[in-house]
Amino acid sequence: MQKQRPKHLDLAKIRLPVPGIVSILHRVSGVALFLFLPVLIYLLQGSLSSAESFDAFRSVIAHPLVKLVLIGVLWAFLHHAMAGIRFLFLDMHKGLELATARATAKTVLVVSLVLTLILGVAVW
Amino acid sequence: MVNRIVVGAHYGLRDWLVQRATAVIMLAYTLALVLFLLVMPSGFAGWKALFACSWVRLLTQVTLLALLLHAWVGVRDIWMDYVKPVGVRLVLHVLTILWLVSCFIYSVKVVWGL
Repeated sequence: MQKQRPKHLDLAKIRLPVPGIVSILHRVSGVALFLFLPVLIYLLQGSLSSAESFDAFRSVIAHPLVKLVLIGVLWAFLHHAMAGIRFLFLDMHKGLELATARATAKTVLVVSLVLTLILGVAVW
Repeated sequence: MVNRIVVGAHYGLRDWLVQRATAVIMLAYTLALVLFLLVMPSGFAGWKALFACSWVRLLTQVTLLALLLHAWVGVRDIWMDYVKPVGVRLVLHVLTILWLVSCFIYSVKVVWGL
């Protein structure tokens, strides 16, 4: 028997579901962290430097554009970590039901954005 | 049904597991660091004192080693997904390894204050 299933292969109609968005952003944020790895190590170096070079370091990261980029990297870290925790639970077959999976995906998106906003405002 | 010829190679289970294990290590390290930051006694001085401890440096370095392995599996997966020509992929794999190893050596310098 032929079932009449709705087919949405029309590119204007198909939408990436929330878990899909979380997944691709996990990949994007992972790439960003990979590329910014030297910058992150540089930040650790600056935070541990002596008093004289600390001032120079502080003036570098005080630049608004630098700060904005660093807040972007902060989001990448938070999203990657939050989504990563979610994936670890999915690997253990926890939260696989569609409704739960969607809810946790939304939570990951929102929590990482809100945390980025709070911490971003705090360091601005 | 997938008909594949079993030749005794591993099919990525080890890499998959390495990625998960290193993720847990990094999460534990991050959690510990955040907890410390929340109760840190005296800002900058406390931060410097923390990283003056050899065991903190050791844990940081081990976590960075975990990060190297984690990022290698992740980035390699991306090349395998999107880049099909073997030659290009090989070059990208080598560049990825060079990038990660360079970062790791830089991190050794920073963590141990060399």
